[in-house]
Amino acid sequence: MLEKVVKKREFILLVSLVSLIIIVGLRSPRFLSMGNFRDIMDDTALLAMVAMGQFMVILIAGIDLSVGAGVALTGMSVALLHQYHPGIPIFVIVLLSILIGFLLGSFNGILVSLLRIPPIIVTLATMGIYRGFVALISGGRWVSAHEMSDAFRNLPRGGFLGVSNLLFVAILCVIIFGIFLKYTRTGREIYAVGGNEIASRYVGINLKKIKYLPFMIAGSIYGLAGLLWVARYASAQSDTAMGFELVVIAACVVGGVSIFGGSGTTLGVVLGVLFLGIINNALTQIKVSPFWQMALQGLIILVAVIVNTVMEKRTQKLVIKRRNL
Amino acid sequence: MNSTRKMPIWRILMQWEVILFFMFVAMIVVNSSLSPYFLDSNNILRTTFNFMEKAIIVLPMMFIIICGDIDISVAGIIALASSFMGLASQHLGVGTPALIFIGLLTGLSVGALNGLIITKIGVPAIAVTLAGFFLFRGIAYAMLGDMAVTTYPKSFAYLGQGYIGNTRVPFELVVFIILAIIFGIVLHKTTYGLNLFAIGNNSTAARFFGINVNRIRFFNFALIGLLSGLASVLLTSRIGSTRPNIASGWELEIIVIVVLGGVSIFGGAGNILGVVISIFMVGLARFGMGLINVPGIVMNIVMGFLLLIAVLLPGSLRELQSKILTKQQQR
Repeated sequence: MLEKVVKKREFILLVSLVSLIIIVGLRSPRFLSMGNFRDIMDDTALLAMVAMGQFMVILIAGIDLSVGAGVALTGMSVALLHQYHPGIPIFVIVLLSILIGFLLGSFNGILVSLLRIPPIIVTLATMGIYRGFVALISGGRWVSAHEMSDAFRNLPRGGFLGVSNLLFVAILCVIIFGIFLKYTRTGREIYAVGGNEIASRYVGINLKKIKYLPFMIAGSIYGLAGLLWVARYASAQSDTAMGFELVVIAACVVGGVSIFGGSGTTLGVVLGVLFLGIINNALTQIKVSPFWQMALQGLIILVAVIVNTVMEKRTQKLVIKRRNL
Repeated sequence: MNSTRKMPIWRILMQWEVILFFMFVAMIVVNSSLSPYFLDSNNILRTTFNFMEKAIIVLPMMFIIICGDIDISVAGIIALASSFMGLASQHLGVGTPALIFIGLLTGLSVGALNGLIITKIGVPAIAVTLAGFFLFRGIAYAMLGDMAVTTYPKSFAYLGQGYIGNTRVPFELVVFIILAIIFGIVLHKTTYGLNLFAIGNNSTAARFFGINVNRIRFFNFALIGLLSGLASVLLTSRIGSTRPNIASGWELEIIVIVVLGGVSIFGGAGNILGVVISIFMVGLARFGMGLINVPGIVMNIVMGFLLLIAVLLPGSLRELQSKILTKQQQR
C-alpha cells in the first residue's frame, strides 16, 4: 500500500512542493505567513480554474490554445458592457461572461466534434479570431480602473470568512470537476475516449458529445475567468492574458496529465498549478530577480515531462512483464 | 500510373496549391484595388523584409510537421540566440563574423538539445518544446532583464537591412529563395524527403522498413534550431537591437503558415509549393492590410478563418471528388 502511494506521481509532486516550501521558508520566514499564503492562493486561483477546463480538453487528447484569447475577449466584452451600461446588475454580468465563454468554447467544440478538425488547428485558428475580435470591439482601446464601478472591481476581492470570491469560485470549480471526472458516467467516458477512441466507440460512447463537452465547459470557465481577470487587475486591453494558454497547459503537464490524453488526475493538476504559483511567489520572497521566473518555469516543465515519460515507460514495461508471467 | 498523366481539369483545379494560388491572386487584386501603393515592385520587395525571418523557419517547420512532430520553441530560440549575440557584442565587442557564428551555434545546440530529449528519452515533441518555449526565452530574460542591447557593429546591419549590389532585392529575400530551393529539392527529390513522408504517415512501418526514424527526427530538430539561429541573426541585424521579448508569438504564426500551405498537421502530406505560396500570401496580406490601416491583430481574424478553411476544404473536396468518381463509374 505504502509503496503504491510513494510511486504515484502526485506523491512525488507533493514531496517536491513541500520541500520547496520548507527551503524557501528557511530563507524567508515571511513566506510562511498566513497573509502570503492567501496571496499565493489568490494569485493561482485564476490559473486553477482555467486549468480545470484545459485538463479536460487534454484528457480527450485535445489541446485548447484559445484560452488566453478567450479570457481576453470575454473580459473585454463584459468590461465594455459595464462601462457603457453601468446599470446592469453584477450578477447579470457574471451570467453573461459565462454565456460568452460558453459560446466561444462551443464554437471550438463544434468544429472539433462535428467537422472533425484536429483540436490544435481549431484552437490555433480561434486563438487568432478571438484575439482579433478583442481589438475589433475595443478599437484597440483600454478599459481602465476608473471606468469600472467599485462593485465590478470588488467582485473577485470581496468574500467571506477571509476567503475571497475568486478563491471560492476556484475551489468550487476544482471540487465539482474532481467529482465529475471521477464519479460520473460522462467523466469516465472522457477518460475512456482519451485512452482509446476506437475502443470507446465500439462500447457505445457518444463520441460527438464527449468531444464537444470538454471544449464547451472549458469555454464557460474561461468566460467566468475573463470577467474575474479584468475585475482583479482593473484593466481590460487587447493583450490581456496573452500567452496564458501555454502557462495553463504547462500547469497540466507539470501535474502529470499525459499530453496524449486519457491519463491525469484533478489532484495532480491542482498540485501543478500550486507548484507554478508558489515558484513565482517564492522568487520574489527570496529576492531573486523576477526575470528568472520564466526560465525556472521552463526548467520545471522540462523536468516534469521527462519524469512523466520515464514513469510511463516503466509502467508499460511492468504491464508487459506481468502479461508474460 | 495513368491517372496522373491524364488528370481531368477539375481535379487539377481542386488541388489545395491551386486554390491557394487563386486565393493569393484574389488577395493581390483586392489589395491593389484598395490601395494604389500596393502593386509597386519597390514596396513589395521592401515589405518582404517583414516576413523573411519567419519564412526561413517555416521551411524546417514544414519538415517537422510532415514528420508528425511540432516545435513551439522556435521564437524562444530566436530570443536566446539574439541575447547571446547581444551580450557578446556589448561585453566582448566581437565583430560580425563572430556574431553570426554565435547566433548559429546557439540555435544549433539548443535545437539539438530538443532533438536529443525527444528521441533519446522519448518525450513527446510538443511537451519538450513547450518547456523550451519558457526555458529559452526565460534564459534571455534572466540574462538581459529589462535591458536592451543596441551596440552592434555597423557591418552587422547589412545582413538584415542590406540589398544585393545596386538592386532593390533584399539580401534576406535571396537567402530565403536559396533555402527554399534546397528544401524543395530535399523534400521532393531525395530519400531524406521520402523518409519524412514515410515517418509522418506511419512511423512504426517506417522503422520496420529500415528507416532510422529517430535519427531523422533528431536531425529535423537540430536543423530548425540552426535556422532559428539564422533567423535570429537576420532579425537582430534588421532591428539593430535585442530585447528578451524579441519575436514573441512567432511560433504560432509559423505553424499557421505551414498548415495553411497544405501540410497535414497529422504529418505525411505537404509540398513546398503550397508552403511558399502561403508564406507570401500571409506576408503580403499583412502588408496590404497595413496600407489601409488595419491593425495586425485584426488580421488575425482573417488568418484564423483561412486556417479553418485550409483544413476543411481539402477534406470536403476529396469527398466531392469521390462522389463524382462513383457517379462516373456507375455510368
